[in-house]
Amino acid sequence: MSNIYKAFENGKAFIPFITCGDPTLETTKQAVMEMEKAGADLIELGIPFSDPTAEGPVIQEANIRALKNKVTTDDVFDMVKELRKTVKIPMVFMTYANVIFSYGAEKFMKNCKEVGIDGMILPDIPFEEKKEFNQMCEKYGLALISMIAPTSEERIGMIAKEANGFVYCVSSLGVTGVRTNITTDIGAMVKKVKEQKDIPCAVGFGISTPEQAKKMAQYADGVIVGSAIVKFCAAYGENAPMEIGKYVKEMKDAVS
Amino acid sequence: MSKGRFGIHGGQYIPETLMNAMLELEEAYNRYKDDPEFNKELQDMYNEYAGRPSHLYYAERMTKDLGGAKIYLKREDLNHTGSHKINNVIGQMLLAKRMGKTRIIAETGAGQHGVATATVAAMMGMECEVYMGKEDCERQALNVYRMRLLGAKVHPVESGTATLKDAVSETFREWTARIEDTHYVLGSVMGPYPFPEMVRDFQSVISKEIKEQMLEKEGRLPDAVIACVGGGSNAIGAFYNFIEDKKVRLIGCEAAGRGIDTFETAATLNTGKVGIFHGMKSYFCQDEYGQIAPVYSISAGLDYPGIGPEHAYLHDIGRAEYVAVTDDEAVEAFEYLSRTEGIIPAIESAHAVAYAMKIAKDMKKDEIIVINISGRGDKDCAAIARYRGENLYE
Repeated sequence: MSNIYKAFENGKAFIPFITCGDPTLETTKQAVMEMEKAGADLIELGIPFSDPTAEGPVIQEANIRALKNKVTTDDVFDMVKELRKTVKIPMVFMTYANVIFSYGAEKFMKNCKEVGIDGMILPDIPFEEKKEFNQMCEKYGLALISMIAPTSEERIGMIAKEANGFVYCVSSLGVTGVRTNITTDIGAMVKKVKEQKDIPCAVGFGISTPEQAKKMAQYADGVIVGSAIVKFCAAYGENAPMEIGKYVKEMKDAVS
Repeated sequence: MSKGRFGIHGGQYIPETLMNAMLELEEAYNRYKDDPEFNKELQDMYNEYAGRPSHLYYAERMTKDLGGAKIYLKREDLNHTGSHKINNVIGQMLLAKRMGKTRIIAETGAGQHGVATATVAAMMGMECEVYMGKEDCERQALNVYRMRLLGAKVHPVESGTATLKDAVSETFREWTARIEDTHYVLGSVMGPYPFPEMVRDFQSVISKEIKEQMLEKEGRLPDAVIACVGGGSNAIGAFYNFIEDKKVRLIGCEAAGRGIDTFETAATLNTGKVGIFHGMKSYFCQDEYGQIAPVYSISAGLDYPGIGPEHAYLHDIGRAEYVAVTDDEAVEAFEYLSRTEGIIPAIESAHAVAYAMKIAKDMKKDEIIVINISGRGDKDCAAIARYRGENLYE
């Protein structure tokens, strides 16, 4: 069993996402430490991919910036190893199937275990394809986190039954990115999950303001924010970590 | 293994948000593919609207000039809208209509699939939006105008390399945002199941006709069928009904660009390795960390870093051969066919012509080659003129 459950022991969880190496790995490292200090409960580390098909423009550009700096999967592993010397909260990777497949699933998962990664979120691996990686995830004690979407409906039961770590509830149709309005009935989605399995549910996609986070936290066990954080990297570059820390504190206060 | 596998290839590597749409499509396709009424409507539209069957033309001058195998051209360039793309578009649009969809989205590389989609959408009164790489919009400005003329909205895609792969990514993104009333008419035998199988079935009319026409004209099957391969829809269409006829060589021509030993290539099976992208497991041009390569070919339609999963499988089991043809060779073939037969092929199809020119002369006179002329070359004239140093703009 992974350590992900610990993220949900401190009230409602706040889960920030950041793309590794945007604009440098040193920036990412500082940002992760600031986020932990500011009360983040779990961190999603994006391993850059050339063609992130589930992302909106903000995170697409972050991937491009990171790859321009020639950040590789091995560099990301090295960074996590360094971070683990001080960072205690759970960390998971968010990336695409080809990054893992080309690295070699077993080698990838083994490295994850060794550097202290707790699980992974793979938006292009739906329930039907999870056997691509879940055996290796299990072997190395990593949670392959399941996603459910507003279109999942009757699929939720089947997905929830086999879910690990937490269930990532996609708040809206479309790709990642800030939205002014979230109309999906998150409460109903979460209820369907809990009917199958007692597992934490965190909501992501489109959340950026403390008001939205507070509202979403009423229905779920945690709130995930990506694009709003990546925007700080775009705006402040190497000076982003302090700004990100302030923002994370505000968001954690809002969900608590 | 999950659904839609060709050996290890294929599958459904897509976001959860799209899974129910894929199940809905699979269900609809399985319900209608053997439905007599659906197939009658499809055949009527093939015949009355697309102008099928397309001719199998004996290229006598080319045959004599090369002095070897007898060469036939399957004239998909004579279809309405000028390429094989309409075969698949008509099929998917009839399906979309039955599924109650009112809005169509599509990607396009050279613009051939976009034009075919915009055309059938106009004919069926459906809303149509086409995603096209910004660079391709510039390379194929006339096709952009044609799509607009047909009532479609064209979105230039600026992300990534601003070519076909990015257009595919962007169309998938758009579909994730709006599924209820929208069908994505994917233009090749790629992406998640059921697309590779469904698009193949709609394109297999090409080899069904070749077989009938060949038996009528020659009383036997051809020795080789040659087609260009990007995603691979015209090639699978030309190969499919010959797969069981083991004596028929099936040859796919990939775009080598400036050469398979350079970075400026799009020859996936010749330079790529197995990966997972755009909803499928197959071969992809990529670096050692799995980052998809920014591929290059003079032909916008073959400028794609992957290949359909069924081709990957035919490659793995050795049933089809996949060769690489450079820009230079394709341009020479483009000019050669124009001069020798009075047929201007699409620069994509010219890749197949080039390889036929290479092997025909070493074959016996009683052997037969069929080249699939997947599209016509009017769209390419300005670009080829510029390639030859002429200052010609559309």
